[in-house]
Amino acid sequence: MKNQKNIYLDNAAATPLDPRVLKAMLPFFDKTYANPSSLHSPGQAANKAVMQARKSIASILNGHADEIIFTSGGTESDNLAIRGVLEAAVPKLGWDGSTQVPHVVTTAIEHHAVLEPLMYLQKIGAIKLTIIKPKKDGVVSVQDVLDAIKHNTVLVSIMYANNEIGTIQPIAEIGKVLLRWRKENNTALPYFHSDACQAAGYLDLNVEKLHVDLLTLNAGKIYGPKGVGLLFVRRGTKLAPITRGGGQERGLRSGTENTPGIVGMAKALELVQKDREKESKRLSLLRNRLIDGLLRLPKSRLNGDADQRLPNNVNISFLDIEGEAAMLYLDAKGIACSTGSACASSSLDPSHVILALGMSYEAAHGSLRFTFGKSTTKSDVDYVVSVMPGIVEMLRKISPVTLDMSRF
Amino acid sequence: MKSSTKKTIDVASRQGSDGGFYSDTVKEHFFHPHNFMEDEVGYKADGQGMVGSPACGDVMRVWIKVDPKTKKIKDCRWKTFGCASAIAATSMMSDMVIEKGGLTLEKARQIRPQDIMERLGGLPARKIHCSVLGDKALRAAINDYYRKTGQVDKIEIEQGRIIDKVLKITDHDIEEAVLEGADTLEKVQAKTKVGTGDPACIPEVEQLIRFYKEKYCEK
Ligand code: FES
Repeated sequence: MKNQKNIYLDNAAATPLDPRVLKAMLPFFDKTYANPSSLHSPGQAANKAVMQARKSIASILNGHADEIIFTSGGTESDNLAIRGVLEAAVPKLGWDGSTQVPHVVTTAIEHHAVLEPLMYLQKIGAIKLTIIKPKKDGVVSVQDVLDAIKHNTVLVSIMYANNEIGTIQPIAEIGKVLLRWRKENNTALPYFHSDACQAAGYLDLNVEKLHVDLLTLNAGKIYGPKGVGLLFVRRGTKLAPITRGGGQERGLRSGTENTPGIVGMAKALELVQKDREKESKRLSLLRNRLIDGLLRLPKSRLNGDADQRLPNNVNISFLDIEGEAAMLYLDAKGIACSTGSACASSSLDPSHVILALGMSYEAAHGSLRFTFGKSTTKSDVDYVVSVMPGIVEMLRKISPVTLDMSRF
Repeated sequence: MKSSTKKTIDVASRQGSDGGFYSDTVKEHFFHPHNFMEDEVGYKADGQGMVGSPACGDVMRVWIKVDPKTKKIKDCRWKTFGCASAIAATSMMSDMVIEKGGLTLEKARQIRPQDIMERLGGLPARKIHCSVLGDKALRAAINDYYRKTGQVDKIEIEQGRIIDKVLKITDHDIEEAVLEGADTLEKVQAKTKVGTGDPACIPEVEQLIRFYKEKYCEK
């Protein structure tokens, strides 16, 4: 099957590398290749590049250079935040079973990189876990978070923007109430962590406004290289390493620095943050256009709030059809998107995010996610709107299921 | 269940396939499905069957027309809610049933998922479960034909699949409970105790209840 079109609408999964980022990275593969920890001149040249990247990122976050810990990506940063905070909290909380088990608060729509480690720790009895359900619109209530805090809560982890349905969480407000709670209770805990991987291209990352203690970012979702990320760790936050070795990254993440990756990440973040307001405006118009176009189809529904939403995310469920089949029909028409269907996941579980909205299995099955990027144009959107009805009709024709709208 | 004498094919090499996810045959059947049911209302079926895969929530429905003299299946139609492999597998199965003048009911009953998979040129490892539904739906349709024509002795009941690992409750137990009128989780639990020892299976149970409700309430 020949694709005349090539429309990539899966930017929440991966983004193309920006040529300017590639250009910035190239010298660090074969010219400035020495180990940044080495004291000789080539090593110091590499070290300087890493330092500069650190400073540039710190200034975007409105933090300090020593608060940036480079990692291998969002998943590692999330794991480091969780394991690191808990391990550092052990002596205080008697995480040896003798006294109280530490408590963690998170939400049902977090990325697996947060939920899986937390659920594992809960399973082995190392923590008590409260998982907050979002409201039906996919946004978590600030009050619900506050209500979940206990005196042994050591960590609150809530994503900035959701990767599947694009809903933006009130991080700054949650940060504020947590600060107040800590002050009132005269304690440094709980720490507040947020995974901002999907938010980085579109939202404000000022950690002073967000009141976060830990922030996860990665490069692969912002036109930077895959396999690089960082964890912002506010000064004074007690964190233990989960990767031990040569003591790089202030001893919090050992391993020779990925110089080209780090340089690329800094460049990528600088570029997306510079354009984020303009790009957000442009993409929200396209987003609304696609939403309007697709919701004209019968038995369709938008997943997640229409306004509290990333400008590049559209997630729609079509009843009676299965998302993977729909996705592949779209692929044959030259459109790349993704689905929350069980069939497309390796675990055969439908999207936990869509289920957490209180939607049915069937709604999760028929969900399609389109995520825009720099290259997305109005004619791309119009093309999707033009081919979707035929695909939905065809798949409904061969589907033995006809549910009514109450199944949403 | 009779065990197939044919050797089962190796669907995935140890290194995994290096090409696309689906074979060309799978894609061909997926994009241009054969024999799917276009006009349910106008179709006079001699037997029909429906199965659902609680694994991922897909559903298949098969209709057959049988020549009463030769006992051969003259026509086979289907509808599938599922992924590309599920759609391709039902499409391929319908071809296998009616090609060369049609299979006899007894031959058709012997179609195994492996046979369908072989004809499809293999399926990715995590998609194998999708291919086991088409032949199951076909056997359900064959049973339905026997039931309708009064040949009850020829009906073959399949074994169930365990849903609740603690209490060893199968999908058939749940099906029976629904048939007896239990249409909510609470009512099914009152009859079977399902999920009380193995709460992890409850979402699946709920899905099964919905599935069986649809299956029986339509008739
Ligand atoms: S039908 Fe769900 S994975 Fe194939």
